[in-house]
Amino acid sequence: MRFVRHHLLTAYAALALIYLFLPISVVVAFSFNNPAGRFNYTWAGFTWKNWTNPFGYPGLSGALKVSIEIAFASSIVATVLGTLIALALVRYRFRGSATTNLLIFVPMTTPEVVMGASLLTLFVNWKVPQGFGTILIAHILFNISYVVVTVRARLVGFDRHLEEAAMDLGANEWVTFTRVTLPLIMPGILAAGLLAFALSIDDFVITYFNAGSTITFPLFVWGAARVATPPQINVIGTAIFVIAISGMLANILFQNLRARKGAVTV
Amino acid sequence: MLHRRKAAIPYLLLAPGIAWLAVFFIVPMWYLGKMSLSQGLFPLFNFGWAWGNFSDAVSAYQTQFIRSGEYAGIATLIALVLSYPLAYWIAFRGGRWKNLFLLLVIAPFFVTYLIRTLAWETILSDNGVVVRTLQHVGILGSNGRLLATSAAVIAGITYNFLPFMVLPLYVSLEQIDARLIEAAEDLYASKAQAFARVTLPLSLPGVFAGVLLTFIPAAGDFINAQLLGTPRQYMIGNVIQSQFLAVRDYPTAASLSFILMAAILVLVLLFARVLGTERLTVGA
Repeated sequence: MRFVRHHLLTAYAALALIYLFLPISVVVAFSFNNPAGRFNYTWAGFTWKNWTNPFGYPGLSGALKVSIEIAFASSIVATVLGTLIALALVRYRFRGSATTNLLIFVPMTTPEVVMGASLLTLFVNWKVPQGFGTILIAHILFNISYVVVTVRARLVGFDRHLEEAAMDLGANEWVTFTRVTLPLIMPGILAAGLLAFALSIDDFVITYFNAGSTITFPLFVWGAARVATPPQINVIGTAIFVIAISGMLANILFQNLRARKGAVTV
Repeated sequence: MLHRRKAAIPYLLLAPGIAWLAVFFIVPMWYLGKMSLSQGLFPLFNFGWAWGNFSDAVSAYQTQFIRSGEYAGIATLIALVLSYPLAYWIAFRGGRWKNLFLLLVIAPFFVTYLIRTLAWETILSDNGVVVRTLQHVGILGSNGRLLATSAAVIAGITYNFLPFMVLPLYVSLEQIDARLIEAAEDLYASKAQAFARVTLPLSLPGVFAGVLLTFIPAAGDFINAQLLGTPRQYMIGNVIQSQFLAVRDYPTAASLSFILMAAILVLVLLFARVLGTERLTVGA
């Protein structure tokens, strides 16, 4: 009986994983489709041609370029701003910390349509023309909170004795920060930066409200989906997926290998 | 002197990020509030305490409001039922490969949201395998469809926000000290009793966070209704989106936005009351 129950849960987990990957396998499979019409919804035959010519659809490469630029810029700025806030919140007691916590928390619980709409209202009121700049402003905004939460989690588990040891050995505050604190919280900062990058490159709703005539990759997919769905969309989607997953997979395998060798992990 | 400089440090660290949040989050909300009480036609709106906007918006779009609550509520519930055993399995049976399984769970979400939803459109399409099988075994009539139904929209929402449910559940389950469960069993609790009296209560913070993180984006979503449904499945997000970007009736759209936020806030507080986890939100 116990055996059955044990394996029932495992079977359930396996089914859940299959469900999660079902649409993804469709995306990957249809990147090799050779659709008969403009829409890539029914299977019409295998081809490599979408992969050998991934940008063979007008506007796609430009949209992808805009997305990557915005993801880089917004994740870097948000990571710096968010890390500074996390340091202040964890390391110092000060008046207004509760308000700060609230200000970090509320944007994460605001529906995206509302956040997008409020920014649109601001830009219309200030007569700011919408485009690359307003998308960047919006992406930095929604990324800050996620960076703060991620970096704060790393800082909370931080052993402050290590800093005290550095100070005892004659390091001043700045040297202690750059040589001890920063390297130790770096994994948290990197994770936050990657999360911000992923959130930015995937964002549709807030971008849609504030893009003007600029087109990002998700906006391109949206616009394209009305008139046609070129299989190149699937190629780019699959490529982003494979790159992200290989990076994370390599990281996990590396950590497991290190753990098995008995190396100290901080 | 030195003391005063030290007291300023946290504020210096906060200044740039908080300034960004103030200028691009709080100020826009203020403008949105002002807009919700304005009248006029694009692009000239005049502020004038037009509280009627709110009652007009509610009476015109109450169907979509109720539908949003229903769809988001059902999707959240299904996501919870789907995710809890999965998170439990990874936390307690994952062993050394926990992180790998966790990666597998979030991996699908590295495919762009819109592409994922278009893939569901393919899977549920009228000529697809799923529809034809269901027609064959008689669950669907011979002209039965999955696309353009409430079920398709709810399924899409459930799928798209699943990681927001799995991750907090996993985090809270993983933190549970296995010795507590052993202790319950040593004290003659059955497996089921140990789960109901020890594991489940200890994982409630994760349930609370997961439900919140799933329900809020689900209630404001418009992509699933647009791609997998028809105007008969449109949610409040669709209305806000089209009022802002197509109709350009900013005052109505702004009041709808505030009603949505207020409704979500009320539901969240009620839910926190029911679950008895008010203290959990304080530190969040």
